[in-house]
Amino acid sequence: MERNQYLDMFIDESKDHLQSLNDNLLKLESDPNEEAIISEIFRSAHTLKGMSATMGYDDIASLTHQMENVLDGIRNKTVQVTSEIIDTIFSSVDALEEMVEDIENGGSGKKNVIAIVSELERLEKGESANEIAAGVDTLPVNTIENSSYPTYDDFELTVLSQSQEQGYHTFYITIRLREDCILKAARVYMVFQVLEQLGEIIKAVPPVEELEEEDFDNEFTVTLVTKDTAESVESKVLKVSEIDSVDLVNIDLNKLSASKGNEQEIEEQDSVSEPVSVVEENEGVVDTSKGESSTKASGKTIRVNIDRLDNLMNLFEELVIDRGRLEQISKEVSSKELTETVEHMSRISGDLQNIILNMRMVPVEQVFNRFPRMVRGLAKDLNKEVNLEIIGAETELDRTVIDEIGDPLVHLLRNSIDHGLETTEKRVTANKNPQGKITLKAYHSGNHVFIDVTDDGAGINREKVLEKAINNGVVSREIGATYTDEQVYELLFASGLSTAEKLSDISGRGVGLDVVKNKIESLGGSVTVTSGLGEGTTFSIQLPLTLSILSVMLVEVQKEVYAIPLSSVIETAIITKEEIFSAHNQKVIDFRGRVVPLIDLTHFFDVPETVEHGDFYSIVIVRKGDKMAGLIVSSFIGQQEIVLKALGSYLTGVFAISGATILGNGEVALIVDCNSLIK
Amino acid sequence: MSEVSMEELKVIVFQLQDEEYGVSVDQVRSIERIQHITRVPKTPDFVKGVINLRGVVTPIINLRSRFDIEEMEYTDSTRIIIVSVEDMNVGLIVDAANDVIDIPVNAIEPPPEIVGGIEVNYLRGVAKLDKRLLILLDLNYVLDRDELKEIKALEATM
Repeated sequence: MERNQYLDMFIDESKDHLQSLNDNLLKLESDPNEEAIISEIFRSAHTLKGMSATMGYDDIASLTHQMENVLDGIRNKTVQVTSEIIDTIFSSVDALEEMVEDIENGGSGKKNVIAIVSELERLEKGESANEIAAGVDTLPVNTIENSSYPTYDDFELTVLSQSQEQGYHTFYITIRLREDCILKAARVYMVFQVLEQLGEIIKAVPPVEELEEEDFDNEFTVTLVTKDTAESVESKVLKVSEIDSVDLVNIDLNKLSASKGNEQEIEEQDSVSEPVSVVEENEGVVDTSKGESSTKASGKTIRVNIDRLDNLMNLFEELVIDRGRLEQISKEVSSKELTETVEHMSRISGDLQNIILNMRMVPVEQVFNRFPRMVRGLAKDLNKEVNLEIIGAETELDRTVIDEIGDPLVHLLRNSIDHGLETTEKRVTANKNPQGKITLKAYHSGNHVFIDVTDDGAGINREKVLEKAINNGVVSREIGATYTDEQVYELLFASGLSTAEKLSDISGRGVGLDVVKNKIESLGGSVTVTSGLGEGTTFSIQLPLTLSILSVMLVEVQKEVYAIPLSSVIETAIITKEEIFSAHNQKVIDFRGRVVPLIDLTHFFDVPETVEHGDFYSIVIVRKGDKMAGLIVSSFIGQQEIVLKALGSYLTGVFAISGATILGNGEVALIVDCNSLIK
Repeated sequence: MSEVSMEELKVIVFQLQDEEYGVSVDQVRSIERIQHITRVPKTPDFVKGVINLRGVVTPIINLRSRFDIEEMEYTDSTRIIIVSVEDMNVGLIVDAANDVIDIPVNAIEPPPEIVGGIEVNYLRGVAKLDKRLLILLDLNYVLDRDELKEIKALEATM
């Protein structure tokens, strides 16, 4: 059991790190000299190595170890970032992903990684051999050549050499306090605090005890092991006030052992000015890369199984029902104290509800994250140049939707790259940018989230689709000829239809868009296609924002309560009998200059008539797109946030009802599906 | 627990009209008193609507009208048996439910052609116990969704 608990954590975290590796490798490819990215990659690989070694997954550990070596080479500029290296690292990441997946599925996580490891080794050595001597350190830091170090004992030396192997920098830092500094010990303490946040202090000269007793002049030195860059260490230390100067020296262990035993000497002071100016230049760069780094969110979050959240939600639902009962009882009893307590409870449970529902919302980024990598691979395979633009990755969706949306999107993206975009040559002849563009865009609108997959390719060839559909027996030639463009595009979602002239590995295996459509519809969404010949194609997925929360207008139809989603409601009105006209046997009203058809919900839903109708009609004006309708109801109850529930799998596809909800009194109210009411 | 030769089936016994029926305990999740049922429009007549069963919206069908027996007013003894078949939870309205019994498997006989007007498909068998005759339902057929769709389609055309 113990191990299992760690295993989940290991798998989750490994996935995070693999994702971060993927992301940063892509960034690195476009910006090969950005040190912050390399460090980030290195960190991920290193953590993976540590975790997998602890868990006993040796193959992962050995592969990440070798990756680390290559990355270290890149970081130290002994290895040049080439497309070949990126490819190899990508394939290492792939192998890692496979192994982690295997572990997740209960496997041993074993895989033959010898080939990749040796490939990595070759890369590491191939180019590094002749540069290794010269290029160890190009950081803008003074490398120790002539100056000396404090003497380290054997233990300290071991720590230093281990740290260096693990990719930590070792800095020998000389800090000089201002002459007029009053509380020297306090400053020292602050400096130590700063340094300890950055890494580990291996040695201080004079020793800490003496420093605390202010038994030193104005200068002291420390040896720090850190992953931070020299600039950032320096700038952070300088933030402590009353510091005159900070001087960093990167310790090269090889030379250190040679110079071991040398007397301690203190650095000359003039060398300060130069590194400081560098710091100011680089500060911005360091900061921005910090902002982007994936580590930013960690530390403040815990992982919770979605089942637990569902459980919480269900329990909470029961609470809400009891709350409703309590409210009713308190009205009947009319005791002031009881009423106050119940009101307070209602407010708190309202807040609680918001928190619970929000906990289930996650940014769609989680899904989008893996696409840049996938698109890159596909583009290479297909020999096309593709630029993927992602917009609105921060858009939030209910967790359950997020989990399901990945596969359909992968399918659509593949489809766009394979079938949507033309080959580079064709694009050139068509006078287009040889680089194809795929846009993945997520945005909120009303109670829905839209995800658009747009390509700027050739567009859908109506005739080709029709021809194919006719050949496959999806539609007859006569009927097909009468189809509008939209109807023809709809055919793409029919099963067994692929428009690519030749089958490829990427898509077009005969199964495809119909699967996408089914999946999306099972999530309560819809897919539409728009296309312009020569301009490109857009697949637009509409999804419910959440599967569980909805703002509705509650209305009474005779004695029954119905909920109308606020996203469809334009406004409510009360009209007199005389304002209702008849056109083609259809009751209509003149609503702000537009003729709006009326639907009497009493008749439409066959509600038993118990309420006499007076001269006034209560009407809810609803819309679908730019079409409108007026729903005649008996009375308005009000606006409310409700929790959407399915009608139960026995009752699927009830006409004009999209679901149900539980009201405060514990009864069930049905939710009107305005989209199917308006034709 | 029971010996191999004396294999037994635990069933919940309920009444419809004058007959006694049984469903396997494994398929029964709970037995509820009659409560407010929200009507769902445009569904077959035997679908009475949905109830809130501890936070889960559960469809309710009236077993009388499902078997074409005349419906009657709900009484104090009317119960809703919540059954679970495949991935569905459905409530069945019955006249009364008041017994859990073990019946030996060898007392179960295949159903006769017609029992109480119920189509033979819905039956799993008939168990003879002393002087009682227990009709065992096959819920998979009673709750067949394809049939529900057919009925819906049929009613739509009418």
